[in-house]
Amino acid sequence: MAGKVDAICEAHGNNPGELINILHEAQHLMGYLPEEMQRLIAGKLNIPVSKVYGVVTFYAFFTMTAKGKYPISVCMGTACYVRGGEKLLDEFKRVLGIDVGETTPDGRFSLDCLRCVGACGLAPVVMIGDKVYGRLQPVDVRRILDDLDA
Amino acid sequence: MKILTIKDLDAVRSEAAKKLMLRELGERNINGDSSGLDTGTERMQVLVCGGTGCKASSSQLICDRLREKLKEKGICDRVDVITTGCFGFCEKGPVVKIIPDNTFYTQVTPDDAGDIVNDHIVSGRRVERLLYVDPKTGQSVSDSKHIDFYRKQKRVALRNCGFIDPENIEEYIARDGYSALAQCLIHRSPGEVIDEVTRSGLRGRGGGGFPTGVKWGFARKSISDEKYVVCNADEGDPGAFMDRSIMEGDPHSIVEAMAVCGYAIGSSKGLVYIRAEYPLAIHRLKTAIGQAREYGLLGDNILGSGFSFDIVIRYGAGAFVCGEETALIHSMEGKRGEPTMKPPFPAESGYLGKPTNVNNVETLANIPAILTKGAEWFSSIGTEKSKGTKVFALAGKINNVGLIEVPMGTTLREVIYDIGGGIKGGKKFKAVQTGGPSGGCLTEKHLDIPIDFDNLVAEGSMMGSGGMIVMDEDDCMVSVARFYLDFTVEESCGKCTPCRIGNKRLLETLNRITDGKGTEEDLKTLSTLGRVIKDTALCGLGQTSPNPVLSTLSHFYDEYLEHVRDHRCRAKQCKALLTYIINPTLCIGCHLCAKNCPADAIIGDVRKPHVINPDKCIKCGMCMARCRFKAISVS
Repeated sequence: MAGKVDAICEAHGNNPGELINILHEAQHLMGYLPEEMQRLIAGKLNIPVSKVYGVVTFYAFFTMTAKGKYPISVCMGTACYVRGGEKLLDEFKRVLGIDVGETTPDGRFSLDCLRCVGACGLAPVVMIGDKVYGRLQPVDVRRILDDLDA
Repeated sequence: MKILTIKDLDAVRSEAAKKLMLRELGERNINGDSSGLDTGTERMQVLVCGGTGCKASSSQLICDRLREKLKEKGICDRVDVITTGCFGFCEKGPVVKIIPDNTFYTQVTPDDAGDIVNDHIVSGRRVERLLYVDPKTGQSVSDSKHIDFYRKQKRVALRNCGFIDPENIEEYIARDGYSALAQCLIHRSPGEVIDEVTRSGLRGRGGGGFPTGVKWGFARKSISDEKYVVCNADEGDPGAFMDRSIMEGDPHSIVEAMAVCGYAIGSSKGLVYIRAEYPLAIHRLKTAIGQAREYGLLGDNILGSGFSFDIVIRYGAGAFVCGEETALIHSMEGKRGEPTMKPPFPAESGYLGKPTNVNNVETLANIPAILTKGAEWFSSIGTEKSKGTKVFALAGKINNVGLIEVPMGTTLREVIYDIGGGIKGGKKFKAVQTGGPSGGCLTEKHLDIPIDFDNLVAEGSMMGSGGMIVMDEDDCMVSVARFYLDFTVEESCGKCTPCRIGNKRLLETLNRITDGKGTEEDLKTLSTLGRVIKDTALCGLGQTSPNPVLSTLSHFYDEYLEHVRDHRCRAKQCKALLTYIINPTLCIGCHLCAKNCPADAIIGDVRKPHVINPDKCIKCGMCMARCRFKAISVS
């Protein structure tokens, strides 16, 4: 992994101004940015690791925990909210037994919120991986999870 | 092919225009007859919406199936299937349009491809079941021009969305694309370009509404060896998706406008700061930049004018505050997206300390149209102080969810009832929220106010980027205010105290109220604290963050009072204030509710009325959703 991180930093000229682009690519390697990886990047760019950590924790897109096999993102945009997005989220939390930002112990599902996929005509919307599920009701949640698991 | 002179550009345009002719004819088609290959039509085109909403409803598969069917019939060479940008009518997506008769099909599924090809394209008979049915008359409408949703719209920024193939530069050129750039480079001085934009009266579409020409003028005056043109494509307002649709449907208009801006302010470098959450828009923009370079419309010595310009893309990483221009600039520099005090304005010291001009996507999309058609044309549209059109993302409890563009000065009533088709399910209109987390709620009494920058601010809301969320009687205004505050608290960068701590206190107060623990004193706190935050926060995010609370407080004070005094939520949204009960005369004792209750709160013997134990009930509403006899109610 260290080699790949080095290569990414070098491709961006080890320029601290490119930190966000570097983090995007680095997160792609493992799906998240563990502490060790942040230390490597800080060393390579010759900046304090606190600066890297500061950027990672500032932006919602970067995460320090591994995502599940099926990453679930419930849209919490306004259009989805007024059409019942919050109830949908509650049902996912209840069925999976995890909170937002967590992953199930078996590593299958992780739960997150996102702000507007722009498919407001289909509200409320949930994204699982790259697939958008539209017009969902809390009663649909169990069926969708069962289908994924099958 | 490289376009080296204005003549080359004209040659490409007249060649490409032939291909678009069929669609232009379709736009003008008034006789309403349908056409087919067997009934004498030589060539046809099928336009399929490739916006994010329609893609989520498998519009790609529709394209594939259409091509398969055309191949089976051996008519591929006479019928083109073209993926376009968003048509705007997201409620009825996926949308498919047949050219030249301009037939507008809605809610198409991949299985419909066979009928579209066999019945319509070959035999010239419309597929009736896929036509839009006007809910008022019950009649089907075949041409989108005659659908209420489109009738009152005027498309300037969205002029090419749903019309051209966004991944084909020649289709853009055929629609007068890059002619504004060519005209500026060859015939106009930078000062004249800025003057034209200023005279048009165009104001920034990202939220603030600052005059674009004046902004360009500031950047032009700053003296520096290097200047930057930045396109702010960090569309963060949840529920607004116009910038994304423009980038997905007409990316070249952004590329062209940035180059024009570069010429006007004296910059050769452009940056687009775009959300990483918009993969399709990123792809289309990259494609457009690549094609523009290949055609010589970006790069060194464009059209032999001596002017050079190029664009790179920078990714956001999910931070609402980065829509604020100083925060955006820090983020592009690889730092935390924290805003700084203005002055110095970016026009003096921005990206890497150099003069920088930041414009929003929709603002830029207007530029080529203004320069081709003239400042007078643009300023003839709109109201006295807000010129041109505005794109709104219409969503929430409204029949026609979608993206619309109307002249400034159109009333909310026209937008919600004529274009939006009124409230879903025949419910009663309650409020419309404009301006996202920085805006406020407008009510019934505001419906006839002409929408423009200043009127919305005067009523305690704002234009913002153009999100418009419609709410009905089932929406609780206190919990809507709480929703927005929750958003701001999460997105606050934490740099200044009023925003970091003040908003947190506001949220806690709202939480107390929705939990049924609020007092009348809390309502006073909300209003005083809200004003303090407005007056003292550092950046635009903090200064506008209490707007959703203050505007609901002033327009829906009764509802707040009910929450704190009577512990009642009339919209039945605040869980802590609700009780679910089973009506013993309607309950037949089927036990379905008890089986589905996640908290085991429902007891009762089979075939006998059940009861809910209020101590165990978690108020999830699952029982009510499952009951087939409407025996469960909430109060």
